[in-house]
Amino acid sequence: MSAGASSLNNSIAIRTENLCRHYSMGEAVIRAVDGISLEIVSGEFVALLGTSGSGKSSLLNLIAGLDRPTSGTVVVEKHDLAKLSREELAKYRLHAVGMVFQSFNLIPSMTLLENVELPLRFAEVDRCKREGLAKQALDRVGLSARLRHRPTELSGGEQQRASLARALINQPRFLLADEPTGNLDSQTGTEIMNFIREFNETLGMTIIMVTHERTLAERYASRMIFLADGKLVGDQSNAVSAASKQPSGGGL
Amino acid sequence: MKTYDMAELAARNLRESVLRNSLTTVGISVGVASLVAMLSLGIGLQQLAGRRLQKSGLFDTVVVTSRRDLRGFNRDQEENGPAPADSPALTEDARQKIAQLPNVLEAYPDIRFITELRYEDKPYLTMMAGLPFSAKHNDAFDGMQGSFFSSETAPEVILQKSFAAQLLGKTPKAGGDEPSVTELAKPLLGKQLTMRYAERTATPTDAADTPPVSSPGDNNPSGTAYSVVSRSITLKIVGVCDLDPDSMRGQARARIFLPLKLAQNLHVMQPSDLRDTTNMANGTPAYMTVEVHVKSPTQVQAVEDAIKKMGFNTFSIVDATRSLRQFFAVLDLFLGIFGSLALAVASIGIINTLVMAILERRREIGIMKAIGASDGDVKGLFFAEAGVMGVFGGFVGVALGWTIGRVINLGTNVYLKRQHFPPEQIWFVPWWLVMGAIVFSIVVSLLSGLYPASRAARLDPVQALRYE
Repeated sequence: MSAGASSLNNSIAIRTENLCRHYSMGEAVIRAVDGISLEIVSGEFVALLGTSGSGKSSLLNLIAGLDRPTSGTVVVEKHDLAKLSREELAKYRLHAVGMVFQSFNLIPSMTLLENVELPLRFAEVDRCKREGLAKQALDRVGLSARLRHRPTELSGGEQQRASLARALINQPRFLLADEPTGNLDSQTGTEIMNFIREFNETLGMTIIMVTHERTLAERYASRMIFLADGKLVGDQSNAVSAASKQPSGGGL
Repeated sequence: MKTYDMAELAARNLRESVLRNSLTTVGISVGVASLVAMLSLGIGLQQLAGRRLQKSGLFDTVVVTSRRDLRGFNRDQEENGPAPADSPALTEDARQKIAQLPNVLEAYPDIRFITELRYEDKPYLTMMAGLPFSAKHNDAFDGMQGSFFSSETAPEVILQKSFAAQLLGKTPKAGGDEPSVTELAKPLLGKQLTMRYAERTATPTDAADTPPVSSPGDNNPSGTAYSVVSRSITLKIVGVCDLDPDSMRGQARARIFLPLKLAQNLHVMQPSDLRDTTNMANGTPAYMTVEVHVKSPTQVQAVEDAIKKMGFNTFSIVDATRSLRQFFAVLDLFLGIFGSLALAVASIGIINTLVMAILERRREIGIMKAIGASDGDVKGLFFAEAGVMGVFGGFVGVALGWTIGRVINLGTNVYLKRQHFPPEQIWFVPWWLVMGAIVFSIVVSLLSGLYPASRAARLDPVQALRYE
């Protein structure tokens, strides 16, 4: 069952081995991620499913390089994240990963353009190129009319689109989404999911999406991984979706 | 992140909470202002004292005497130097050599003699001295009534207050109030005095009338004999001074002054002339003392040493200036410490503001880290915010300190005016202080930003993102 989705001949992009992340809360130890081993092929659209507290967000954070494992390894494109320095990990987050969150996480004091431009600043892209790139990214998600607006002046859907534009700006290979439609009504949610699917299909990005809505996962993801109490409890490829997409050669 | 981007982001972050950040910046500027005000006053006072010393002519003067006249001021010099008989005489040649030493402004002979003066047909006996024209700016003439000599050879005199009182028969009684200079000057200014004096002239073989411009050195080049002729000259009273320009002389101080050039041209017989006749082979007249003005009090020691090497005795009050400089160094230090205290308080303000900002912007820091900001970027951002506050605080502070200094200066001058003193510049802001204060402000701000910045950089992004 666990080998279901990886039967494709694509190169393995992400591999975790006996991955653990334990928190200590006073005396008690919380095993947020408890011995997860999995492989994700490049170009896959993976949904991480589970109830709240099942460890799906913690797993996503470990893959995103925002957190470090207590034990076990996360290897992304042959790099063991546990062995990277803080500086190298920041570079990894900057160039290899784009993140989208349930609560959008745009910086409220900045305009959309500035928000989207921010990763380019960290990447030390020339000033003259930055604005053009950011406008292009916002145009792609249909926000070219909202460049000078602040996040609070926009609807939830628009904010999430802006954060998608920000996630794409440095052309990462992975898009990690943590409940991207959690704060949106179903119609705007669909809009966002369509964008994510488009990135997966046209840009060949590997998508890992945390969600607790099974229907959403079934509609869009090519593979569903189920977590409970920090353990992997199910891993199945989504035949309908996979068949409709037919990812060829990972798209890379 | 590039430095420029960092500064730009920092500036926009500061704009986001304008009130708090501007209050912090005001804190820094008050600190810088107090530092600038304190130090500018310290420097101003030091310069004021320096100017006063310079004007008093006490601290930049070296008095040179010959060992031959056996009345040196310094016993050590007497014992260690060559024997009086082997020492050179203080002739015109020697004076010129001294005048050419480095850092010497001028070297002039001290000419003084006791003479008889007639004023309104009554005779008065007193000590009279020649005053070099450069003494015009000496602060001993502050508050003088009338004016200084109109030229270097004008037949004019300036009276000391007590002598003026004597001429008017207004000698103060013991314990009584001294009459004011204005009161004394009024009846005397413009009046004539007749001075009787003994002129030393060359022997009759040389022409009887020596040209008045020649110096005593070539007065009698070949002969060993000279005549003493009694003469008189009429002098006009041009000034009455309140203070005592000749106070350094103690008992021998003069109470009436005439231009030095005039005194030289009169060839008044000096008390030492007679003795020199027996001592010296060629009979060249020598000066009793030569006064040397040095460019600044700090160079007095060097000039003194150079003159000693020539075989003369010297005397100066250089030690007094040394202790004065030490006093000002300590004063500046203390003023600087007090000024810095305010800046230290301000730096705590910066730390507080930035630590608060970290709490407030925890989530923002988490977001930035999630989208790829390195520890260094976050650290640099907070560091730059501290730096920007330091730059603004520095500039505003210098302007504020400058204004405070000006106001204090103004207030002091109003007070001085009320007390009938001349106005003084007691405040001075040199360029190095302006630059130094700004740099200091930035450095202090950056140091204050060090802890908050590294704290922000260490923030765990997962926890920071969870923070609402």
